[in-house]
Amino acid sequence: MSFKIVVLAKQVPDTRNVGKDAMKADGTVNRGALPAIFNPEDLQALEQALMVKDQVEDAEIIILTMGPPRAVEIIREALYRGATSGYLITDRKFAGSDTLATSYTLALAVKKIQPHLVIAGRQAIDGDTAQVGPQIAQKLGIPQVTYTEQILDVNLDELKIRRRLERGVEVVKCKTPLLITVHSSAAECRPRNAKLLMKYKHARSVSELQEESKDYTEMMTNKPYLRLEEWSVADLGADEEALGLSGSPTKVKKIENVVLAKKESVNLTTEDKDIDYLMKELIDSHVIG
Amino acid sequence: MNNIVVYCEIEDGQVAEVSLELLTKGRKLANEIDRKLEAVVIGHNLNGIEEQVFPYGVDVLHVADNSRLYPFLTLPHTEILVNLFQKEKPDVALFGATSVGRDLAPRIASSLKCGLTADCTSLIFGDHTENKTKKEYKNLLYQIRPAFGGNIIATIINPETRPQMATVREGVMKKEVFNTSHKGEIKHIKVDTILRDEHMAVEILERHIEKQKVNIKNSQIIISGGYGVGSKENFDLLFELAELLGGEVGASRAAVDAGFVDHARQVGQTGVTVRPKLYIACGISGAVQHTAGMNESSKIISINNDPKAPINQIADFNITGNVEDIIPKMIKFYKKNIK
Ligand SMILES: Cc1cc2nc3c(=O)[nH]c(=O)nc-3n(C[C@H](O)[C@H](O)[C@H](O)COP(=O)(O)OP(=O)(O)OC[C@H]3O[C@@H](n4cnc5c(N)ncnc54)[C@H](O)[C@@H]3O)c2cc1C
Ligand SMILES: Nc1ncnc2c1ncn2[C@@H]1O[C@H](COP(=O)(O)O)[C@@H](O)[C@H]1O
Repeated sequence: MSFKIVVLAKQVPDTRNVGKDAMKADGTVNRGALPAIFNPEDLQALEQALMVKDQVEDAEIIILTMGPPRAVEIIREALYRGATSGYLITDRKFAGSDTLATSYTLALAVKKIQPHLVIAGRQAIDGDTAQVGPQIAQKLGIPQVTYTEQILDVNLDELKIRRRLERGVEVVKCKTPLLITVHSSAAECRPRNAKLLMKYKHARSVSELQEESKDYTEMMTNKPYLRLEEWSVADLGADEEALGLSGSPTKVKKIENVVLAKKESVNLTTEDKDIDYLMKELIDSHVIG
Repeated sequence: MNNIVVYCEIEDGQVAEVSLELLTKGRKLANEIDRKLEAVVIGHNLNGIEEQVFPYGVDVLHVADNSRLYPFLTLPHTEILVNLFQKEKPDVALFGATSVGRDLAPRIASSLKCGLTADCTSLIFGDHTENKTKKEYKNLLYQIRPAFGGNIIATIINPETRPQMATVREGVMKKEVFNTSHKGEIKHIKVDTILRDEHMAVEILERHIEKQKVNIKNSQIIISGGYGVGSKENFDLLFELAELLGGEVGASRAAVDAGFVDHARQVGQTGVTVRPKLYIACGISGAVQHTAGMNESSKIISINNDPKAPINQIADFNITGNVEDIIPKMIKFYKKNIK
């Protein structure tokens, strides 16, 4: 029996490189100005999966990503680096999902696959919530090991894992099935593999195939691994009430752009008299001394 | 019940700082809507633990004491809290945004199908009218947090589900003793009826938790350096000034990333939040992720060779010039004036 690993990976706006045009004049985020990237810790999650695949005979890595149709880019990127296959979970009815609704949906998809191991990133940089991993584990009724820095040992039945906590480290073991989340201190993901890039560069999702002008019919028949499947609400047998906005207990009441409030300030130069004045001022007002 | 409950983290028999900060916040919130403040402590050898929490105004303390409950493990703690919340039906439940709280709270929210907001920077009560239905809600918890890498501030609410759950980082709320002689009631949780062997699925083989070495959070004076400080050697100037003034050295993320100082000194959204009486920002531009962690300092001095650096907007004093020229002068004039 093969060792099945699911990697949960999200496409996110690159909030780390927010340029001047990233905020619109009305204070809302201009998503269009932010490049969409593979969530950094999810790439590290993929690397942990690839390392398991290097060690365990007959391991399979299945990528699950939920998002709009273009999020299939994540699956292709993962295939270039060594993943086995992937499913894009996409449906308009998922729009507006908070972490609870997202974890409900992803948990249904994981159940269809029945893996030994689920690997998620610790958190996605668009929200930094770090909730989806543990919420899925709870829905699946399996244990979790968060903040994984390295999988030290793995076999079909059990994993030994080093965790990175804010003030130290822990080594734990746990039987499969389990879910782990991967911390930013874990190994970076290996680069794309040239052979895999050639093999998968024509991989297309079902929606993409419908839009392609070129005829892919023959290629998809000869190389079925190039067809990337999509799962909708119906495919997952999901309860519509538990999805999207209606399945999300958290609501956004208000969004404000961050602006620094201007204070009256005293401007000083490097001249001795200025610095002397400042130090006196601080001592006199008992801030220092 | 519909009270406010705080999950108290335990390390080596001590209630974590962040939990005491949350109790302080919880007490204020409870007073506002005239409810009780409850606390939950889960661990082992907890005799006398109430002495640490009652002074913060706790009315009811739930204690789960069992050898299988320490060190922290996700499943047993989840199980106990899910049980307790189902029984007590709290209105609000607060957790530290620590490696424990952020591991535990989402599992509980997932089980109870309630909302959870991570890393809140402010919690207040407010009203709300639903747009479509015109339904009115009184005293909802406004859970305010930065999002999108700190570029926006969002107010999140959970109109329909309870408890309203939130996590908050250490240092964001202020810790204040409510009343040293305040006494509450202790309720013991029957752990054996809840725990099953399957909850012990994860086994801890090794554990090395360090006491926090540097803790700039409690310092009243912080001399913080950014990328503009330029080198590890120049940071020595900051250490010299800090020692002279009885303060600590902080840093921006760019300075930490450049290897000038350790991460434990990082101030900001992904570092610590500080509110000292004096904050001197040396060669720090003032990105929102940084200012989020220091803008409540009583006095802010900015030393920057760019007079237009954003940090200058929130500073009380701006010195335009190079860090390496100015710090030695501050040291010199401090010594002269203090005599
Ligand atoms: C999700 C996220 C979380 C983050 N969390 C944090 C956080 O917790 N804390 C944090 O600090 N940052 C954080 N950042 C990074 C933040 O956005 C900034 O990149 C960072 O704060 C910049 O650091 P800096 O001001 O030291 O460097 P710079 O922006 O490079 O500024 C250097 C400043 O030094 C001045 N300067 C240069 N030479 C001299 C000199 N000789 N003398 C005087 N002045 C000089 C320059 O004029 C400039 O203003 C985060 C970013 C993201 C995306
Ligand atoms: N839409 C999604 N599709 C796939 N994985 C996701 C999605 N959202 C969250 N995840 C996974 O859950 C982790 C934590 O996300 P978050 O709780 O949003 O910080 C991410 O690092 C991913 O591994």
